[in-house]
Amino acid sequence: MEVTTKPDHQVNQEKKVKISGAEAVVKCLLAEGVDLIYGYPGGAIMPVYDEFYKYQDQLHHVLTRHEQGAIHAAQGFARATGKVGVAIATSGPGATNLITGIADAQIDSTPVVCITGQVASHLLGSDAFQETDIVSISTAVTKWNYQVTKASEIPEVLAKAFYIAKSGRPGPVLIDITKDAQFGEVDFEYKKCESIRSYNPVPKIDAARLQEAAQVINEAKKPFVIWGQGIILGRAEQEFKDFIEKAGIPSASTLLGLSALETDHPLHVGMLGMHGNYAPNVLTNACDVLIAVGMRFDDRVTGSLDTYAKQAKIIHFEIDPAEVDKNVKTDIAVLGNVKESLKDILPLIKKNKHEDWHQEFKDLYKIEYDEVIQHQFHPEGKGLTMSEVLNELNTITKGDAVIVSDVGQHQMIASRYGKFNQTKSKITSGGLGTMGFALPAAIGAKMGNPSREVVAIIGDGSFQMNIQELGTILQTKAAVKILVLNNEFLGMVRQWQELFFDRRYASTVMINPDFVKIAEGYGIKANRVSERENLANALAEMMASDESYFLEVKVEQEGNVFPMIPTGSSVSEIRLK
Amino acid sequence: MEKETYTISIYTENNLGLLNRISTIFQKRHINIESLTVSNSEIEHVSRFIIVVEITEEQVKKIIGQIEKQIEVIKAYYHTNSESIYLQSALFKVKSSLLFDERQIQNIIKNSNSNIVTVSREFFVIEKSGRKEEIENLYNELLPYGIMQFVRSGRISVTKSEMKISELLKILN
Repeated sequence: MEVTTKPDHQVNQEKKVKISGAEAVVKCLLAEGVDLIYGYPGGAIMPVYDEFYKYQDQLHHVLTRHEQGAIHAAQGFARATGKVGVAIATSGPGATNLITGIADAQIDSTPVVCITGQVASHLLGSDAFQETDIVSISTAVTKWNYQVTKASEIPEVLAKAFYIAKSGRPGPVLIDITKDAQFGEVDFEYKKCESIRSYNPVPKIDAARLQEAAQVINEAKKPFVIWGQGIILGRAEQEFKDFIEKAGIPSASTLLGLSALETDHPLHVGMLGMHGNYAPNVLTNACDVLIAVGMRFDDRVTGSLDTYAKQAKIIHFEIDPAEVDKNVKTDIAVLGNVKESLKDILPLIKKNKHEDWHQEFKDLYKIEYDEVIQHQFHPEGKGLTMSEVLNELNTITKGDAVIVSDVGQHQMIASRYGKFNQTKSKITSGGLGTMGFALPAAIGAKMGNPSREVVAIIGDGSFQMNIQELGTILQTKAAVKILVLNNEFLGMVRQWQELFFDRRYASTVMINPDFVKIAEGYGIKANRVSERENLANALAEMMASDESYFLEVKVEQEGNVFPMIPTGSSVSEIRLK
Repeated sequence: MEKETYTISIYTENNLGLLNRISTIFQKRHINIESLTVSNSEIEHVSRFIIVVEITEEQVKKIIGQIEKQIEVIKAYYHTNSESIYLQSALFKVKSSLLFDERQIQNIIKNSNSNIVTVSREFFVIEKSGRKEEIENLYNELLPYGIMQFVRSGRISVTKSEMKISELLKILN
């Protein structure tokens, strides 16, 4: 991953200067090119905040309204920019409030560095005020973590933190710094970390595996590519496109891979998985070679493993050796960064078109369109569908906006129907499924990428899980567009209750507040729409606003997301209704 | 696939908290650790973990992948019993009076190839190193006479084949 670097004069590398540990933290951040961080102050991190005050012209600290908001904002920033996101919090509850976001970043491979304050080292283990063993707590959900107890450790440890977070398969790193280490003195000298002897972030590409893979791909009659976020994380969008175009292979995306290839690309055959498109799911069990690129065969993608692509030879391009054969046994594993391996395999690949095979995808798409999509876009009923809202939004954004979605039905609809012209345009909580992700993540995405339009699409349930971050928008004026699709239900759980629990709607009915008033209370322009004839105008007005705007769309209450692969079923048993 | 006993050897940088990180990998997958030993290795500042588990080969391969992913892990291997030389140690604390009152005790000690570490007025301590079964046999033989305390260490093991960690570190350094 690339991190933009500040000019050298900002980092005094020749001369060692004695500074406090807290100031060293700030200088390390600046040396790593960080100019925007999200956090929440408190007792054990106050020395660092005091330095933020002094360095405020170089380092913009965004005060979120909850530490969970800070970490999700850092994630949104990282996902939208490809840079490392930084979140900072105090000890105890400040640190534990980061955990959900850290777990989210771990499972979705997002590069974030979290800095937490800790009680003074002489108090460690004494159950001091706001002491919690955050290193133990975060161990299971971090790529790496470390507790600093001496100021002198800070430069080297933070350099390592950034290197580990962004290299190889990215992930979250947590650095816990005791208060005495923040007050202590350090001879400051910053050297970027470039390697750690026990850590091999990018395995070397084995040329023999590339040859084997190329031969199998060249001989394939019905090859099928499934790609994941690895394309985006590896900045391999162009190499990927060159590869599939030359080989003429239909390609489908995972939830997190969306936008790596533009939605309108003729080889893009849709999204995989539980609520993905019909053709790519069904034809996973019909292809003769399945080429997985930068993806990890999540259970939501594969359905039942016992019946997953058993007929196909499987090739896996992957940076993380632990992912090979983890869920699906592969025939050829090409380890390495996909940016390199896809470039290297290109000359070995024969040009091809596979027209008949493409036709199979088109035929199945027609079935999906006739049975699902057209009813979603042009419903006969009075109630608005989430899908028609997305369809209408596409006509306004033309696919140029970043869509940040939360978790639930609206997420699946935004992913199925969202249109994307450029990479890093679809940000959502995939692996962990963290409700409350979208609002703060959208703030981070917008601040990291101010020139791009950012639309947060959120359900009424998810919105209330981090609704307090409207306060962050009020304070920062981040021009995030907030589109709440309100069905007065926890929709996805309700859908499952309808389908699998005989409509026993246990705790999924939502009695909601007046969201428009709430948004207005935070100084955000707001509107509500429930009639079809007003939808287009309402969306257009939201998108035309040059500041943050809140739009609530009242959608039909008991709409379902289809197609659907029921849990435990095969991908080819995907249901259209 | 059938379960088998595997000895996992992990070479790591000396690091606080790594034990927690590694044990979490087993816990997450509901795999019971039969024994665990951490010590220095033949290389300065490099630790060696020996972990014994009873799982399938497919499981142990995945576990090795997850362990090697940890930043401070230099290399991890797994071996079957036939591929390694291994033993465990045990200490038995027994009443000294037994030495005089029960003749059989002396024979048990002699036949078991164990050593007497210390003898005092009240108790004596027997040390036995070997395979788990040999230690269990001695335990069962001493049990009728009364064992005041018993403790058995985790497995320690070296492999028959080379692991070439020093060479690996030369490349990495």
